[in-house]
Amino acid sequence: MRIATPAIETAAVGDVITVRRLSKRYGNRADAILALKDIDFTVPDCEFLSIVGPSGCGKSTLLKILAGLLPATDGEAALNGTPIDGPRQDIGVVFQSPVLFPWRSVLGNVLLPADVQRLGRDEMTKRAYDLLKLVGLDGFEKRYPWELSGGMQQRVALVRALIHDPALLLMDEPFGALDAMTRESMNVELQRIWLERRKTVVFITHSTAEAVFLGDRVMVMTPRPGQIGDFFRVDLPRPRALDVMNTEKFGTYVRRIRTVLNAGGGLE
Amino acid sequence: MTKGLRGLSLRLVLIFMTLLTWELLVRGLSVPAFILPAPTSIAMALYRGIASTLYLDHIWITLAETLMGFVLGTVLAFTLGIAVALSRRIEYFLYPFIVMFQAMPKVALAPLIIIWFGLGITSKVVSAALVAFFPLMVNTIVGLRSADEDRINLMRSLAASRWQIFWMLQLPNAMPYIFAGLEIAMIFALIGAIVGEFVGATSGLGMLIQSMNFTMDVAGQFSILLILSMLGLVLNGIVGEVRKRVLFWDPSQKVDAAGSAAAGKGGVS
Repeated sequence: MRIATPAIETAAVGDVITVRRLSKRYGNRADAILALKDIDFTVPDCEFLSIVGPSGCGKSTLLKILAGLLPATDGEAALNGTPIDGPRQDIGVVFQSPVLFPWRSVLGNVLLPADVQRLGRDEMTKRAYDLLKLVGLDGFEKRYPWELSGGMQQRVALVRALIHDPALLLMDEPFGALDAMTRESMNVELQRIWLERRKTVVFITHSTAEAVFLGDRVMVMTPRPGQIGDFFRVDLPRPRALDVMNTEKFGTYVRRIRTVLNAGGGLE
Repeated sequence: MTKGLRGLSLRLVLIFMTLLTWELLVRGLSVPAFILPAPTSIAMALYRGIASTLYLDHIWITLAETLMGFVLGTVLAFTLGIAVALSRRIEYFLYPFIVMFQAMPKVALAPLIIIWFGLGITSKVVSAALVAFFPLMVNTIVGLRSADEDRINLMRSLAASRWQIFWMLQLPNAMPYIFAGLEIAMIFALIGAIVGEFVGATSGLGMLIQSMNFTMDVAGQFSILLILSMLGLVLNGIVGEVRKRVLFWDPSQKVDAAGSAAAGKGGVS
């Protein structure tokens, strides 16, 4: 019998991330700041989840907890069924700045996770060449970070996050420091890469348009304390071109997200 | 290129004019040789000293003391610098000693060192090491602690161990500071060796200056000062050349900034 029921299929695929009643308090006195309050969500395998919210809504704190860099105060976050209680090797992170090491070449930077986790150098080098080609950086392997533009540096950071084939890719406003034009082309690039190498992605941004353009789903967060405002499933066909932003449907998503943000006091 | 060439020839002309004026003034005003010798008599003294191989033996002694002191001071500065930078506990216990020694002019210890280690080469090596030690240790500590928080978070997110963070991030990141410290330490080691020789020695350029002082051989002293400044330039140049090769990735002027900061802190003169 090779017919699987949808229910069994869902169970087999499962959720990559499960977050249950997660809270984070900074400090433990009366003046403690509640950064995150009762966060509850799941991310199914290979979903691209955008998280959008104003500064101070705790989205970076949430990402740090998912990356195992910060402990949660209450509740739990789990990756593929095991609780996240510290840094782990099956997560890739892209930060707001590229965070490249100037004393390592592009290839050396990309291979950093392989060096840390003592993965086979030969196999990883081959993978690095493939991934660098995928992001359009073939021929730059021997260059050094300072010889690259900001957009290229961030692509190197993306390849570095993918080199050890992590189960989850976390991105913390990765294009926030780039100029508007570069940022748009990076969004198109990221979508293309994601369509080629399907992966579960949690992408944090404060740009509503970016969140809708990239996400299968958008999680809207509101500040003080950081809470989930609402979820939106983005029902736009892929691959999405930049002019999708001019469509009526895209505008509607953006408007509805803005309404949630406004209601939460998120926008000035 | 022509501009650089013109600058160079202008400099040479300026140096020549200065020496000529010096020579004419000394001769014209008949300044006694034990006050200020003429450049020609300094050159003669230099030639005689080198031709009789007298200077060469002493140069060799001072150079050996300086280099051994540099190596000893560097090894100690590294070891302690790394220990202090990595362990809050070690820092806590060592900090009072570090502050006290840093404030003290290290050359004031030279007489004690002669008593403890004798008139031979050992006391000079110790004195050179002691003077070279501090600027490098301070720079090592500052450099190791200067790793950017984002970079540390990146390493942590990869589940890197503390040693991996040290080897792959903190140490390379500290290299510009360490090299600035090494350049100062090289010159300071020379100072330490000379001061040691002043206080008590049987050979070396510092001892030679002292003995020439007794015989009022001022031209000889000038010729040795010339040798010492050449020695300093060459030693500093070697470290600078190594730095350029190791720090090819550091295009910023961070090195010079850190160097002058540490020179201010090291405070030996």
